Amino acid sequence: MTQNYYQKEIETMPYEEMKKLQSEKLVKQVKHVYENVPYYKNLMDEKGVKPEDIQSIDDLHKLPFLTKADLRDAYPYGLLAKPLDNCVRIQSTSGTTGRRVVAFYTQKDIDLWEDCCARAIVAAGGTNKDVCQVAYGYGLFTGGPGLNGGSHKVGCLTLPLSSGNTERQIQFMTDLQATILCCTPSYAAYIGETLKEQGYKPEDIPLKAGIFGAEPWTEEMRRGIEKVLGIKAYDIYGLTEITGPGVSFECSEQTDMHVNEDHFYAEIIDPETGEVLPEGSKGELVFTSLDKEAFPLLRYRTRDICVLTRKKCSCGRTLIKMAKPMGRTDDMLIIRGVNVFPSQIETVLLNEGYDPNYQIVVDRVKNNDTFDVNVEMTPEKFTDKVAEIVAMEKSLAAAMKTMLGINPSVHLVPPKSIARSEGKAVRVVDKRKLI
Amino acid sequence: MAIKQLTVFVENKQGTVVSVTKLLSKENINIRALSIAETEGFGILRLIVNDEATAVKTLANEGYLIKITEVVGVKIGDTPGKLSEALEVLDNSEINVEYLYAFMARTEKHAYVVLRVEDNNKAEDVLEAAGFHLVTDADVNKL
Ligand SMILES: [Zn+2]
Repeated sequence: MTQNYYQKEIETMPYEEMKKLQSEKLVKQVKHVYENVPYYKNLMDEKGVKPEDIQSIDDLHKLPFLTKADLRDAYPYGLLAKPLDNCVRIQSTSGTTGRRVVAFYTQKDIDLWEDCCARAIVAAGGTNKDVCQVAYGYGLFTGGPGLNGGSHKVGCLTLPLSSGNTERQIQFMTDLQATILCCTPSYAAYIGETLKEQGYKPEDIPLKAGIFGAEPWTEEMRRGIEKVLGIKAYDIYGLTEITGPGVSFECSEQTDMHVNEDHFYAEIIDPETGEVLPEGSKGELVFTSLDKEAFPLLRYRTRDICVLTRKKCSCGRTLIKMAKPMGRTDDMLIIRGVNVFPSQIETVLLNEGYDPNYQIVVDRVKNNDTFDVNVEMTPEKFTDKVAEIVAMEKSLAAAMKTMLGINPSVHLVPPKSIARSEGKAVRVVDKRKLI
Repeated sequence: MAIKQLTVFVENKQGTVVSVTKLLSKENINIRALSIAETEGFGILRLIVNDEATAVKTLANEGYLIKITEVVGVKIGDTPGKLSEALEVLDNSEINVEYLYAFMARTEKHAYVVLRVEDNNKAEDVLEAAGFHLVTDADVNKL
């Protein structure tokens, strides 16, 4: 396969040159942040670090971390590094739990973000001859705007369908011969199933590639989507705090994702001690925004568990590669040998019309893990009939079993009865740790 | 015609019923009838009180999940067999009773039954036609 690059010089830059570029950007960025973000200046002062102490990327470890809690404390303007006059856009997370993240962008920030998405599209084989259907949500969510911008930069004919309305997706896809699909992997799978039901064979579907992200997905899902749509499916990673999709992307090799490290420097740290770990170690992924202007987070802890490697890639890109995140530092549970993330429980609850007020209780009885999920009853669902409430518990348990692969006992409990910590329900009580 | 039942969602653990009744008595609310349906995990308290508006306000202020359910109240006296007679009347009209509970008045020698059915009007019609005396909220307040 011949390789195309959107920004070849950067994407194939020798390591030493890249390091030099990163160092130059970092020195400037730290100065910019120190002078314009009192919140971060205080963190640096507390740690006794001055901008002059940062002479190259090797000094990065001296800087303090930022966490989700800092984003909450500093909401909404506390981490803004440019006057609002210079900002042209915000994007935001869905904010179902805790306070939402609001990220600000200058026009330059938008440009570099869209460049990152363009790199991903080109790496997936996209050119200006392609028709790129963007079926990520448009709006506050970064998915739609990011890939839309990237698609423009590549010169694809962009179909800004946003998410949902599957009938219409299929109509545009087939009428206008879309060749690239960008959406969440679960929506891609759904579109694929719908096409199949309508009698489409993979070879009848015009698509050749898909760029799927914004939620965890497995290799098995990838193979399923590739088969049903007759495409190559590429992963893309990002987070609103850092920019949105395009922080890293997959190439033709389809193993791990190249980090756009000229803009976003990646580190792996020990989540307990904060110590930087050597290449190849598993730990928490941390990003530093090297040249964003308005919302430049330094050493932001993503809480994603990940591995970074710099081995040679067959695509010719020299950009460091990150594995697909293996979970979250703070909330992964292993129950009966299965990885369980509270976010999965939350997804089920939202799908089933409950508020995400729940508590997972894990214990070990006679060497077996017990797995209970307490869910707060909602006024809408409350009824005076015992049998109906028992049926609700059972159907919630069944939906969780489908999501997780293991069966919990679900208990509906009165509102506000789950212990709160700083206003948020305590999500996990793991009694196994107390033994 | 139907009477208003307070339905409260509680945890099935010691002390939950007492905390509800205590709150109500503090507000001088009289509990005419009380029944509890429970599973291992949760309980549903069903209450007939003399002043449901104040009761709802009091309990809601304390964070209780509460709703008003319309139920049928019927006076069945203290003659043996009167309750099964009433149930038979309903059964004959294919009215399914979800649950029921009984209570006594303080002043008279009559027993009352609270019936939860899908169609209150229909149940009341057939009971009345069979000669049963139905209870209204006003009656409850006087008991
Ligand atoms: Zn590659």
